[in-house]
Amino acid sequence: MKIHGIKVPHRKHTADLKPVRLTDVKTITVPMSMHIGKPARAVVKRGDAVKVGQLIGEADGFVSSPIYSGVSGKVLKIDEMTASNGAGVPCVVIENDGQNEVSESVKPPEVSDFQSFIEAVKQSGVVGLGGAGFPTFIKLGVKDVSQIREIIINAAECEPYITSDTRTMLDKPEYIFKGIELLKKYLKAKTFIIGIENNKREAIELMQKKAAQCEGVSVKVLPSIYPQGGEKVLIYNTVGRIVPKGKLPIDVGVIVINVTTLAFIAEYMETGMPLVEKCLTFDGSAVKEPKNVIVPIGTSISELAELAGGFKCEPKKVLYGGPMMGIAVPGLDAPILKNTNAITALDEKDGFMPKTTPCINCGACLSHCPLRLEPREISRAYSMGNAEELAALHVDLCMECGCCSFICPANRPLVQNNKLAKALLRMKQSEQKKEGK
Amino acid sequence: MNKLISAVSPHISGMKTTQKIMLDVIIALMPAVIASVIIFGWRSLLVVGICVATCVISEFLFEKLCKREVTITDLSAVVTGVILALNLPVSIPIWQASLGSVIAIIVVKQLFGGIGQNFANPAITARIIMMTAFSTTMTAWVFPDAVSTATPLAALAKGDAASMPSNLELLLGWHGGCLGETCALALILGGVYLLVRRVISWHIPVAFIGTVALMSLVCGKDVLYQLLSGGLMLAAIFMATDYSTSPSTPWGKIIFGVGCGLITVLIRFWGNFPEGVSFSILIMNILTPYISKLTRQRPLIGGEGK
Repeated sequence: MKIHGIKVPHRKHTADLKPVRLTDVKTITVPMSMHIGKPARAVVKRGDAVKVGQLIGEADGFVSSPIYSGVSGKVLKIDEMTASNGAGVPCVVIENDGQNEVSESVKPPEVSDFQSFIEAVKQSGVVGLGGAGFPTFIKLGVKDVSQIREIIINAAECEPYITSDTRTMLDKPEYIFKGIELLKKYLKAKTFIIGIENNKREAIELMQKKAAQCEGVSVKVLPSIYPQGGEKVLIYNTVGRIVPKGKLPIDVGVIVINVTTLAFIAEYMETGMPLVEKCLTFDGSAVKEPKNVIVPIGTSISELAELAGGFKCEPKKVLYGGPMMGIAVPGLDAPILKNTNAITALDEKDGFMPKTTPCINCGACLSHCPLRLEPREISRAYSMGNAEELAALHVDLCMECGCCSFICPANRPLVQNNKLAKALLRMKQSEQKKEGK
Repeated sequence: MNKLISAVSPHISGMKTTQKIMLDVIIALMPAVIASVIIFGWRSLLVVGICVATCVISEFLFEKLCKREVTITDLSAVVTGVILALNLPVSIPIWQASLGSVIAIIVVKQLFGGIGQNFANPAITARIIMMTAFSTTMTAWVFPDAVSTATPLAALAKGDAASMPSNLELLLGWHGGCLGETCALALILGGVYLLVRRVISWHIPVAFIGTVALMSLVCGKDVLYQLLSGGLMLAAIFMATDYSTSPSTPWGKIIFGVGCGLITVLIRFWGNFPEGVSFSILIMNILTPYISKLTRQRPLIGGEGK
């Protein structure tokens, strides 16, 4: 069986560009929710002096993650901002004094066993840096490490434009392999597969060279078919197993970890510097000089753009991430988050999508869906409010990768429809549960 | 403050549009149109022109009248016009060709909601209506030299061996018949173009033609003769593959194609009509929603399912 997908334009203009570190930001605005789960609780107040690496938000509840400052300076205010999903979220605004004074709390963690390793991962503040933002310590903190058959290192980077994972492989290969050693030691994992799309020749060669010297590590070169980096797709294309609906990768013996996340964990164990800055790709048709940059988390997009060479025209649409799954930000004051791996700024021409025309029933959405859903039928069922049919069509399996909308000759908003259909199904199901009780 | 566009992902789209797909179909139909001019003379072009013009104008007027968005630029009405023309004999009176086009666009397509919504193929349905209404002119098969002749299938049905063309004549289309259905070579050329451009997949044409071939073999008929005469190639490549009126999944397409093939041979071998492809497609059009539902692709829900 072959998993379907689409050929998207690569546009990896920045693959050969070493990231430029931009520390000269005036202020950072750090939201307390940059992960899946409960927002962190701010532990600083207005007027407090903070240093680089200092805790400013502590994890609140089990599924949460601590947050640290990326600059030294003064807390200007604890504010509320509108996140890209429209929800209000508290944030800490810090004025950068430019001293880059490092906090005394920054020191390598003491790790001796599985428990202390997981705790260290938690304290590092790391979340899924490929974009998901799921707290990594929960993913790695499996109940029974003997369940783990393979650990798949996700370096597919299938989104157009984005090259930050490519840069991790080229610039920090030693940390990727130190990370592998850590997982060998504390998670008792033996088999590692680095999955890379075949459009990253240089990274593949380097990883293969390093893997040859490291037992149990292999590189899987994958065709550049989007969404190769989707978790379920990657698992199937590397180990040939399907994660059942409603289950986790660990249920088929697999942990998938993003390559940059893994490299960060290894670096943290050495330096003790938590996740306070992000390497990301700054590209898109409105960007003057596409490049990779490293900025403190919380830097606003407008300040990043200013420091990175600016826009060549007025950006019309600005995305967290790439154009296939990226989230359009409401304004340029939106901050860089922990899981931001790219800022894609599009000009007027690219910002507007082509006009939607009537569905011609061509079936392209069906034949390109990696999960073999039928977006056309889902749209129909949704328009009739038929939750039963939506359940039968397994709309809740949709990962919103965007293949259906991309391939649709009528440019129908199929992903949007799927999202709405999922919400409708959830609502109806919870209503049913209530009635059942 | 800079006003940014807010929209759900994805933020790029592929190159294919409805218009480009239809343009590909028109390009694929061109060999058959050219062949019809060579075989039947310039009047072929007149019939094609009349059908296309009437289809486009009636779509435009109907949509204006109903205050709907005008969709003639998607070129689907042009496709319907060309295909309908290829289903008519060269001697068809102009007013009949026009009326057929109006029926195809307004009755079969627009009254059901326009592009993508119609459950029956407009060109085929119009052809069947015309065959019933104008049975004399619709079966007046003439060559360019205006000698009246029979179609190969009609000749076969009558047992008129003298009127039956050779296989080479069949392949090149040098025999009586509708404008576009005689030259199998031109139609296959168009089909290959559509396959290469990925406008259609192989399933329906192969299942359709394959079933006719197999059944002809089983029933002891001349296989090549059955394949190359009549409207089989035109129907299997251009009409049975119409998106709106055929299933989308591979298995659905195969069932659809096999069904078309079976009904075609039933009518050809045992029915009252010498030719059965039009009816076969129309019947399978009606079954399409059920086939689609039966052949839904199985989502990747993994081992135990729910």
